[in-house]
Amino acid sequence: MGPRVRGDDVRWALFGLLALLAAALAAPSPAAAHPHVWITAKSQLLYAPDGTLTGVRHAWTFDDMFSTYALQGLEQKTKGTYSREELAPLAQTNVESLKEFGFFTFAKADGSKQRFLEPVDYFLEFKDSLLTLHFTLPAKTPFKAKQLVLEVFDKAFFIDFKYAEKDPVTLVGAPAACQLQFQRPNDGTASAQKLGEQNFLGGEGGNFGMMFANKITVDCP
Amino acid sequence: MIAVALALDSALHALLAQNPFGGARPPADPQAGGIVGWLLAKQSEFYREMSSTIRAAKSDGSAVWTLLVISFAYGIFHAAGPGHGKAVISSYLVANRETARRGIALSFASAMLQALVAVTVVGICAWLLNATAKTMCGAEKAIEIASYALIAAFGARLVWTKGGGFMRALEAKPALAMAAAHDHHGHDHHHDHGHDHDHHHGHEDHVHDAHCGHSHGPTPDQLAGPGGWQRGLGAIFAVGLRPCSGAILVLVFALAQGLFWAGIAATFVMGLGTAITVATIAVIAVSARGLAQRLSAGSDGRGTLVMRGIEFAAAGLVLLFGIGLLFGYLAAERVTCL
Repeated sequence: MGPRVRGDDVRWALFGLLALLAAALAAPSPAAAHPHVWITAKSQLLYAPDGTLTGVRHAWTFDDMFSTYALQGLEQKTKGTYSREELAPLAQTNVESLKEFGFFTFAKADGSKQRFLEPVDYFLEFKDSLLTLHFTLPAKTPFKAKQLVLEVFDKAFFIDFKYAEKDPVTLVGAPAACQLQFQRPNDGTASAQKLGEQNFLGGEGGNFGMMFANKITVDCP
Repeated sequence: MIAVALALDSALHALLAQNPFGGARPPADPQAGGIVGWLLAKQSEFYREMSSTIRAAKSDGSAVWTLLVISFAYGIFHAAGPGHGKAVISSYLVANRETARRGIALSFASAMLQALVAVTVVGICAWLLNATAKTMCGAEKAIEIASYALIAAFGARLVWTKGGGFMRALEAKPALAMAAAHDHHGHDHHHDHGHDHDHHHGHEDHVHDAHCGHSHGPTPDQLAGPGGWQRGLGAIFAVGLRPCSGAILVLVFALAQGLFWAGIAATFVMGLGTAITVATIAVIAVSARGLAQRLSAGSDGRGTLVMRGIEFAAAGLVLLFGIGLLFGYLAAERVTCL
C-alpha cells in the first residue's frame, strides 16, 4: 500500500479555505461607509379630505459641497444664481437617480409596507448657495392607517439625512385626531440599541443606515 | 493538529480583523460599536470641515495649511473604514507571499495613483471641458467598472497560479508523509524555508533538497525577486484606479472656489493619509501570514499544504471581491450620482 494523503490534512486545508470564502461571502457589504452628502430635510404628509394618506412631499436641502458639485458645468444667465428652468435638467436627473434608492422613503401602514409612485411636482431651488430639491411622492394606493410609520434614511449611509430644526414634519389636511411623533436618529438610546449584530450581518449588506433613520409616526385612532 | 488549528485561527482572525468586508466586525459589546461610531463621526467631522476651510482659504491663505492637515487626518480615518482597496492589497500580499516592505510600497503606490486618477478626472471633465456633474459621474462609473473588472481578472490570475501550488502541495503530500515518518524531527522546521525557495524554482519537490539544511532565510529583497515592480503593478492598478468619491467632491468644490490647486494638494495629502492606514493593515496581514507559517511549520510538513491552502483562499478572496463588486453583491462606496 502506497502512502496516502491523510484525510485530516486535506480537511484542515479545506477548512481554512472554506472559512476564508465564508468570511468573504457572509461578511457584510461595506455599508458602514461614512456620508459624503448631507441633506437637511423637511417633509409634509398629504391627506385627502376622507383621511387617507395620498402622498409625501419632501424638501431636501443639499450641503454646500454637494450643491456646488451638482451645479458643476450648468449654464447660468446671471452669475451667482440659477433659475428653476436652468435647474430643471438637474432636477430631472435627481429624481431619476433617486428612484434606484426608493427615494430613501419607507412607509408602513399598520405594519404593511406601502409603495410610492414616481415623483411629481419636482423642482430644484437655489438659495444661499445651496440646492433644495422639492418633490412629491404619491402613494401607489392612498391608504388609511391607525398607525403610519415613515422612515427616511440611506441604508448605505452615503447620504446623511437630518431633519430641519424648525417644522421638520407637518401633517397637511390630516384628521384632527391624528397624532404626529417624530424621532431623530440620535434621539437617546433607542437607535443606538439597533446597532446589533443583525445590522452588520443581516444578509445582503445588513442595514447599517437603520441607525440613522428618521422615524415619523402618525397615530390616527 | 492543534498547532494548525491555532495557526488557522490566528491567521483568520488577523485577516478578518484587517479586512474591511469582515472588518466592521459586529460589535459584540457597546464599546466596539462606539469605536465604529467614533470613526464615522470623526471622518464626517473632518470631511465637513473641508468645505468651510476651502471657502476660508479664498480670503485667508493660511487656511490652506488647515485644509492639508484636515485632509491628511481624513485620509487616515477614511481608510480605516470599509473599502475594497485594503482587502485586495492584503489578500494579494498573503496569496503572493509578499514582504511587508512590498506591502507598504504597494499601499503608497496605489493610494497615489488613486489621487492622481481623481485629479485627472476632475481636471479633464470639470476644468478643461466644463462638463456637468452628470457627465463626470458617468466617467466615474466607467472607471469604477473597469477597476472592478481588473480586480476580478487579477484575482482570477492569482487563483490560477495559486491553485496550481495548492494542487502540487496536495500531490506532494504522500512523499512528505513518508519522509516525516523516517526522520520525524529532522525536517520539521526546515520545511518553511523550502517554500521560500520554491518561490524561485517553482517546484514543490525542493522541500527536500539540500538547501533545507541551511538556516539562513531569504532576505526581503531576494523574496521580492527580479520580477520586482511589475509583479505588483496589477495590484496597484486594480486598487488605485477607482478614485475616492470624497476626493472628487473636494476637487470640484475647490475648482468652483477658484482654488483648484488647493484641492489637488488636499487630494494628494488625503492619499498619503490613506496610504499610511492601508500600509499598516498590509503589514498586519503579512505578519499574520508569517505567524501562520511558523506555527504550521511544526506540524510534519502539513504546513506546506495549509500554507498553500491559505494562499489559494486569499487568491480566491481577491477574485470574489472583484466579482462581488462588479456585479453589485458587495456595495462599495457609491459614486456621487444623484
